Amino acid sequence: MDVLIYLIPIALFLGLLGLAGFLWSLKSGQFEDLEGAKWRILEDDDLEGPADKKGGES
Amino acid sequence: MNVHARDWDAFVTPAEEGAVHMDLAVEGITCAACMGEIERGLSRLPGIRKARVNLTSQRLAVDWDTGQTGADQIVAELSRLGYTAHPFDPASQKDRQDQTGKNLLRCMAVAGFAGMNIMLLSVSVWSGNATDITPETRDFFHWLSALIALPTVAYSGRPFFKSAFSALRAGRLNMDVPIVIGVTLAVGLSLIQTMQHQHHAYFESAVMLLFFLLVGRYLDHNMRGRTRSFAENIAALKAEVAARIGADGTVREVPLSKIEPGDMVLVMAGDRVPVDGVVVDGRSEIDQSLVTGETILHPVEKGTQVYAGTLNGDGTLKVRVSAATGATLLDEVNRLLETATQAKSLYVRLADRAAQLYAPIVHGAAAVTFAGWMLAGADWQPALVIAISVLIITCPCALGLAVPAVQVVASGQLFKSGVLLNSGDAIERLSDVDTIVFDKTGTLTTAEPCLLDNGQLSDELLALVGRLALSSRHPLSSALVKESGALRPFGSVSETPGAGIETTVDGWALRLGGPAFCSVPDAEIAALMKKHPGASVIAVKYGTEPAVLLPLRQSLRQDAAAVMAELSGLGYQLEILSGDREGAVRAVAEELELANWRAEVKPGEKIAHLETLKRQGRKVLMVGDGLNDAPALAGSHVSLSPVTAVHLSQAAADAVFLGDKLQPVANALQISRRARRAIEQNLWISALYNVVAVPIAVAGMVTPLMAAVAMSASSIAVTANALRLRWGDGGSARSEL
Repeated sequence: MDVLIYLIPIALFLGLLGLAGFLWSLKSGQFEDLEGAKWRILEDDDLEGPADKKGGES
Repeated sequence: MNVHARDWDAFVTPAEEGAVHMDLAVEGITCAACMGEIERGLSRLPGIRKARVNLTSQRLAVDWDTGQTGADQIVAELSRLGYTAHPFDPASQKDRQDQTGKNLLRCMAVAGFAGMNIMLLSVSVWSGNATDITPETRDFFHWLSALIALPTVAYSGRPFFKSAFSALRAGRLNMDVPIVIGVTLAVGLSLIQTMQHQHHAYFESAVMLLFFLLVGRYLDHNMRGRTRSFAENIAALKAEVAARIGADGTVREVPLSKIEPGDMVLVMAGDRVPVDGVVVDGRSEIDQSLVTGETILHPVEKGTQVYAGTLNGDGTLKVRVSAATGATLLDEVNRLLETATQAKSLYVRLADRAAQLYAPIVHGAAAVTFAGWMLAGADWQPALVIAISVLIITCPCALGLAVPAVQVVASGQLFKSGVLLNSGDAIERLSDVDTIVFDKTGTLTTAEPCLLDNGQLSDELLALVGRLALSSRHPLSSALVKESGALRPFGSVSETPGAGIETTVDGWALRLGGPAFCSVPDAEIAALMKKHPGASVIAVKYGTEPAVLLPLRQSLRQDAAAVMAELSGLGYQLEILSGDREGAVRAVAEELELANWRAEVKPGEKIAHLETLKRQGRKVLMVGDGLNDAPALAGSHVSLSPVTAVHLSQAAADAVFLGDKLQPVANALQISRRARRAIEQNLWISALYNVVAVPIAVAGMVTPLMAAVAMSASSIAVTANALRLRWGDGGSARSEL
């Protein structure tokens, strides 16, 4: 059972990593707009080329 | 839209590196395409650092360099794109980041992480206890659990510690007191057990309890945050701003929070008066229906007191903002409001009432258990362990979730049917109601007047009058515009301030205005007033034809009669309590077939009447919108107000309903009744659970595994029962938005 001495700290570390990841995402505002996020993946602004044809200023 | 500029400095807040930040409520963001369009459009402007639309709260946050662009350009660009945007008053929005919600979420994440890891260790110990775990491994696992549990309880337990502590300090008991006692004892006992190399520790119970309760509390907070941000958007869209006249005579529009007593404010024709004050210059007519409930227009001139929320007629007014003097209607309302609010805080929530019953019984049972085992000859320590396990097994998990779980589901349903809750316990209080008192003007009726009788007015003339009315900002004109469906105003219209407007059609003069402006004999007016009591009258005169009088009055909400019939069918006692004149109230009461009505009631008398009803043992729901209703709204058992209500009344009411219909009132009562039933069922479920679990614990046969299973099972049962509200006949809560 000596293997537990390695395994448990590793398990705890991985768990803490997940927790830290969640707290970071919360802090960086990723939970502020849950509605909008799912639509933003459909935006093509970051693509170069023909998608950029709009932009006629009046 | 306004002729004077807005003072943008009052709406922005400084951001990093010399930039400024502004939040706007944007009308008409409905889809992803709008979001992209707005963000792209704004980022084309020079100097924009960041423009981000929040689709959840339908708001736009912009950061920009003041040197390169201005708020005016931003709003102009938005309106070019087809969106109307209104800035938030920074003062009304202190909690922009929602710190409480984030804090609860952090506590929940920590408790969830800790709960999972401790459970992992505990399951190993439980299975090990049944087979061949060595005492060293078990102690190691217990110590590890303690290492995770202690900081977690200290961190994630803070919301409960704080609330329990403040309740105890105020000499009250709430649900958090037994929770805190349960958690603390569970952790303390486990720590001692660990030190003494015992087989059982209850770390996972303590942490799981916190996790379950935090989930309930976060959901509750989230639901309330959603309604609150929606209400804030409405406030911003109503543009609660005032045009302040500076010392140099310039007029700038500023948020209401920046207006101070002594300031001069300009009120344009057709605008709502934004402040309470005294007219210093100008002459106009004022629609006071939101304040006194009276539908007749009042003439105002220099020296007249005007109130926030009243609608200015066709003259421009300069108003000096007055501080409380102790003599006006507003002061009286404020005084009554204060006493009424104090009286209301006596209501004790169901959950706290349950806690007051629960805590002594459970703690008493634990004490009796301890004494019993001592008398039976047990040593003091095993007796104490069993006594504490009674507290842990009865641990108020289901009880702590019983009310919030139902509240989350019910307030979601209320939100869907157009009712926004102001206070958390409004659902409970709504379900008690047996009597409903309505205000008339703006509540049973719509806030805007409409044409009662078009007299001898031909359709062609009505069309002409409608077009003429387009040129006037008088409140009554909009009713004529609506009635005639006119779209094209006349080119040249001359206005006589305070009297009426005039144009020329086919060589004949067309006049629209007060009866005197169209030279109508007094006898004719008197005859009309007899026919339509409480109506406002305007007159039309075309060429040499005799003038035509048009009576206008706020009409009933279109579903008012149906809803009243439904409510009285459900056994509610209905009453009308109005500040308007007798004739107008009688007409409405007869149309709705209500026997109980009172007219010309002053704010103080409204409260007094509610007191009488209260003494008769009635639980009153007050529905009203005017300034004169505010004390009654605060003083009644529970209150609702339409979204068109004055600010003070909305703040005093427990909930606000949206839209032109009265149906949300009936829906709110129905949803709250079902919610109340679910809350009571939940309380019974947790009581039943305790009845089964406590004897086992008293007998000293509880293991940590049993505690964990029992806790999860009871929490899930309670939550599932709350969710049943949604399927049951959830379809009946119609969506009105």
